[in-house]
Order: sequence, then C-alpha cells, then structure tokens
Amino acid sequence: MALLEMNHIRKSFDALEVIKDISLKVEEGEVLSIIGPSGSGKSTLLRCATMLETIDSGEILYLGRKAAWVEPDGKVGCPKGEKLREICSCFGLVFQNFNLFPHYSVLKNIIDPMVHNQKRPKAQAIDEAMVLLKKMGLEDKADAYPCQLSGGQCQRVAIARALALNPKILFFDEPTSALDPELTGEVLKVIRALAELQIAMVIVTHEMNFAREISDHVIFLDKGVIAVEGTAQEVFETQNDRMRAFLGKLEH
Amino acid sequence: MACIEISYIEISYANRAGHAGPLSYEPFGGNMSFQVMMQQLASGLLRSIEIFALTLLFSLPLGLLVAFGRMSRNRILRSVVWVFISILRGTPLMLQLLAVYFGPFYLFKMKLGPMWRFTAIIIAFSVNYAAYFSEIYRSGIESMSPGQYEAARILGYSKMSTFFRIIFPQVVKRILPSVTNEVITLVKDTSLAFSLAYAEMFTIAKQIAAKETSFAPFIAAAVFYYVFNAIVAFSMERIEKSLDYYT
Repeated sequence: MALLEMNHIRKSFDALEVIKDISLKVEEGEVLSIIGPSGSGKSTLLRCATMLETIDSGEILYLGRKAAWVEPDGKVGCPKGEKLREICSCFGLVFQNFNLFPHYSVLKNIIDPMVHNQKRPKAQAIDEAMVLLKKMGLEDKADAYPCQLSGGQCQRVAIARALALNPKILFFDEPTSALDPELTGEVLKVIRALAELQIAMVIVTHEMNFAREISDHVIFLDKGVIAVEGTAQEVFETQNDRMRAFLGKLEH
Repeated sequence: MACIEISYIEISYANRAGHAGPLSYEPFGGNMSFQVMMQQLASGLLRSIEIFALTLLFSLPLGLLVAFGRMSRNRILRSVVWVFISILRGTPLMLQLLAVYFGPFYLFKMKLGPMWRFTAIIIAFSVNYAAYFSEIYRSGIESMSPGQYEAARILGYSKMSTFFRIIFPQVVKRILPSVTNEVITLVKDTSLAFSLAYAEMFTIAKQIAAKETSFAPFIAAAVFYYVFNAIVAFSMERIEKSLDYYT
C-alpha cells in the first residue's frame, strides 16, 4: 500500500487554476522530488498534501485512509477529530522559512509537541531530542533561542522538530531557498543522511543537482500539470522541450 | 441638567453616609495640618489603587474576548463588537461613568444599594479599557505570521493550545509597549471617579482644596500620581526586559 496517494487533485485560487488534475504516489522509504519553475504549483501541491490548503477536487490517502475526498454533493470532505489527528501524525513538514517558535529554546521547540501533543514522558522526550540534535550537529545549541542561530542551524532544528514526532513521511517546502550556498550545503547534508535512513520524503526544491542525486522519483511540474516524471535519470535526461529549457536556463 | 442635579444630591448623600470622608470631617476648620492632609490623600490613593487594580484585572481578559469578537468569522458578532468598541472609544469615559451609575435608575427605576457606586465605577472602567485593550490585542494577533499557525497545526497543536502556547506569548511581547501606555493613562483616569463623588485621591484633593482654599492638595496629589506612575512604568519596563531573551 502506498504511503501517500494523491488522485486527480485540483486546486484554484479564485479564477487561477494552480493545480490541474495531478496524481502521484509515494511508497515507503521513497524520496520524491518536485521541481519546476516558480508559480508551477509545487508549493501548493505540498500544502494540499499536508492539508494546509483544502483541495477543490480529487482524493488524498495516507496508508489507504482517506485524508480528503469529494462528497456526492461535490463538496470536499476531510476527517474530523481523532481521525484527523491520526492522519496528520503520519507526516511532518519543513518550511522554507523554518517557522520555529521564537519564544521557545531549541530544546523546547523539539520536545513541546512531543510532550504536549503526543503525551510522551518529558524525560524520554528530552533524551530523544538530544539524540536528534546530535545527529544535526547541534547538541551544544539545546538551550539557545532561534534568534541566536544561523538560518542553516534553524532549518536543522526544524528538521529535528519534525523528525521527533516520528512521521512516516517528511515534506520539505524549498528547505534551502532562504539560505546562502554554504548554509544550503549543511542542510542538504542532513537531508541526504535522512534518505539513507529510509524515511519517505517529498522535497520541493530548486537544487537540481541535489534532486538528481537523492531522488528515487522526480516530478517536473509546469503550469499546474506534471510535464515529466520518472526516475531522476529519466527526468534529467528527458527530451521534453519545457524541461530542457528549464534546465538550460539554470545553467546560464 | 438632570444629571448634574442628581450628582449633587448624590454627593451630599455620600457625605452624610461618610463615603467621601473629608467633607464630614472637620477637626481643624480652615487650618488642616500637613499630616492630616497627607493622611486623607493617602486614603484616597488606596482607593485609586483599588480602582486601578480591579480595572486591570477585569479589562485585560475582557479585552481579549472582545478582540476575538472583533476578529470573528461571524459577521453579525463582528459588527456588534465593532459598534461596541466605537461607542466606548468615541465617548468620554466620564459620561460612561454617569451612564452606568444612573442608567439602571433612569431606565428601569432600579434602586441600587450603597455598593453600587463602586461597582458602577469598576464596570465603566473595565468595559471602557477592555475596548482599548481589545484593539491592542487585535493589532498584536494580526501581526503574527501565518507560518506560526501552520507550523503549530502540522505539529499537532489544537486550536486552543496553538493560541495559548504559541501565539499569545509572542503577542504579549509585541503589545507590551502599547499596553504600558494604556496602563499609565488608567492611573490618571482613576481621577474621573470624582464625577460620581467617589472618594478616590482626586475627589479628596478637590474637597480639601475647596475647604482650605489652598492649592497644596493638588500639588500633593500630582506627586502621588507621578510616583504611582513611576512605579507602574518601572514594573512594565522590567516585564519588557524579562521578555528580551528572544526576538
């Protein structure tokens, strides 16, 4: 069973149709990259998958359980209460601008959702958080506040915060777009390490080399539709004109 | 005119009942000692502090509720709250005090007990300040980035915990300077309770001044208000500093 299945998703903002009938699947342990020009609908697609946006039509399933569907009357339904919580606990999301909680220390950012939302014992949460921070190379920053960290460090804290909730699939919405090349490198290194841990990931990115190297599957979005998809090699060596033009512009 | 007459009657009634102390207290005739004057002003100051503290206690939470109403998705509620805020900010607090105090009598022929004077003052002050605080809360809440809500949602926070754990603490930090302004104004506004002849500090200062034909009680009252406010400002600054650990 696929971890995530999105079928015939459509999404418009007023008259502008941003996503036009997109379907995709993510299997367990799979890394999917979504690339494409600005305004092609990449982020919107991710926001639909994480239910930050409500789809206009289509169907979203996590592990076969419906997260969004079309009712017979044409309206889009989604689960409520405990069922919604269960589905949402399947995934985590890393934002382009981190969205850490500035009034919480690094450690509290990570353990507060574990303790307050997942009701895990605090001592255990702290232990796990410290292990994660160590993996991120930030064990000495546990007591720092986000405003004292660099962008790259913030993003690594955000990744640790998402991982701490044990998601089955982790979404990245342009995780390095707010960072300079040096900081980008340290964040990409962390994501690479996660791929080796067999966590399923969906990454919206403009880092073409990174996407090519890390992905099992790549989707090239253009004007709200999937223009090319396949393995990294297939997509990056495609003869599709739009994709060639997009890659060509990047090189110059 | 009716209002003025009534308030005059109320004042004399208050004096007979001993509410407004000084007028019924005439130990030295026209030669009140400095010490007695200060004692009387200090007893008035205590009552001013009472008004101040109770108003903050009620208006700060009430203001948050009003802010929620003002930002509600329900159009009717939003409009009602908008009208409420606009009336309370658009008319003098002194008029509002008179309206709350005399309203029940004129509108419903209600006769309210001796505690009503103080209750009316606290109601009028709390509701008036809630209107101002609500707009301060709203400005703070609306300045929060949507990303904070989204991150909280993805991390599994309920709507309640998102607000009280994530949003509100940050809002408090942002609005603190504006709140300090209001709190300082409140210290001085407590003197408006004189319009209901309540024996807070300004009422007493006025009474002593009239009786002694001296300006000294006003100067003493000014010093008291200033020191009161200096303490308030200092405390608020301390709170602001304690939240300096993040930006």
